[in-house]
Amino acid sequence: MDLKNVHFEDLQEGDEITDWPPVENISRTHFVRYAGASGDFNPMHHDDTVATKVGYPSVFGHGMFSAGLLSHFVTDWVGVGNVRKFAVKFKGQLYPGATLTLSATVTKKYKEGDENRIDADLLVVDDKGTTIINGSLTAALPSRG
Amino acid sequence: MVDKSIVGTEMGGSFMMVERGKIMEFAKAILDDNPVYFAEDPPAPLTFTMASAHWPPPTGGGGGAKLTELGLDLLRVLHAGQEYEYLGEIKAGDTLTSRSRISDVSEKEGKRGGTMTFITSETTFTNQRGEDVLLARTILVQTSKAAS
Repeated sequence: MDLKNVHFEDLQEGDEITDWPPVENISRTHFVRYAGASGDFNPMHHDDTVATKVGYPSVFGHGMFSAGLLSHFVTDWVGVGNVRKFAVKFKGQLYPGATLTLSATVTKKYKEGDENRIDADLLVVDDKGTTIINGSLTAALPSRG
Repeated sequence: MVDKSIVGTEMGGSFMMVERGKIMEFAKAILDDNPVYFAEDPPAPLTFTMASAHWPPPTGGGGGAKLTELGLDLLRVLHAGQEYEYLGEIKAGDTLTSRSRISDVSEKEGKRGGTMTFITSETTFTNQRGEDVLLARTILVQTSKAAS
C-alpha cells in the first residue's frame, strides 16, 4: 500500500510515475488464489501438464490478475472512487518467478464539466523486459483550490 | 471465420450480489492491501466484476456456449483486452444485473501470418436502483490457427 492522495495541481503532462515498488516473485500460488477469487479456472493458469502440452513453457497468469495488480497501483495513486476509465491490453504472458514493474505516464490534463481530469498511459513490464500490459487511465482528481 | 453480422447480438446476462467477503477475497487475490476493502461498507475493486463473468445467468446457459454459437472456436480464442467506464459507485450490498451484446468485430493481419479476428462484447451493469454503474468491454482475439 502506498496511498498518494495526489491532487490535480501535483501532476503535469509528461510526468512519469515510476516509484511504485516492484511486485516480486510471482508464483503459481498467486494464480491459484486469483482463479479462486475470480472463478476463472482455465487450466492454463494452474495446470502445468495442460500448459506444456500446448507449447507454453509453464502455466502463466490470468491477464486479469496482472490487470488487478495494475488496478491496485492506479487506485493507490489517484484514489479509489476517482477512476473514470481503466483499460488494458494483454501483450505478453506472466510466468512464475517474474518480477513486475508498474508505471504510468500522464498524457493529458483537462477539465471535463466540473471535473479536473487526467489521462495516463499505463505499463506493466517483467524483469526480462517483456511488456505484459499496455493500459490507459482516465481519472478525476481533487483540486487544492 | 467470424461473421461481422454477429455485431449487435445479445449475449444474455448475469446477476451478481456484491458481497463484502468476496470483495476482501478479491482484493487479497490482486495483492491490494488498501484498508478500504477490509473496512465497513467497502467499494468494489476496479476489476471486481470479472468475478461475475464466470457466473451463469439465472436463466441458465453460460457465456461459453453462446460464443461457440456465434462461430468462435474457443481453442483459438484469447482474452486480448478489457476496458471499463465507471458510471457510478459499486459497493458491498449492491446487486448488479448485467446484459451483454457483441459491439464490434474487426480483422487484422497477424505478425506471423494468418488473420486475427477481434471480437468485442460490451456489458452494462445496473444496480438495484436501476442505475447503470459500469460499462465493461471484453476484447477477445481469435487466431487463424490454434495457439501452439
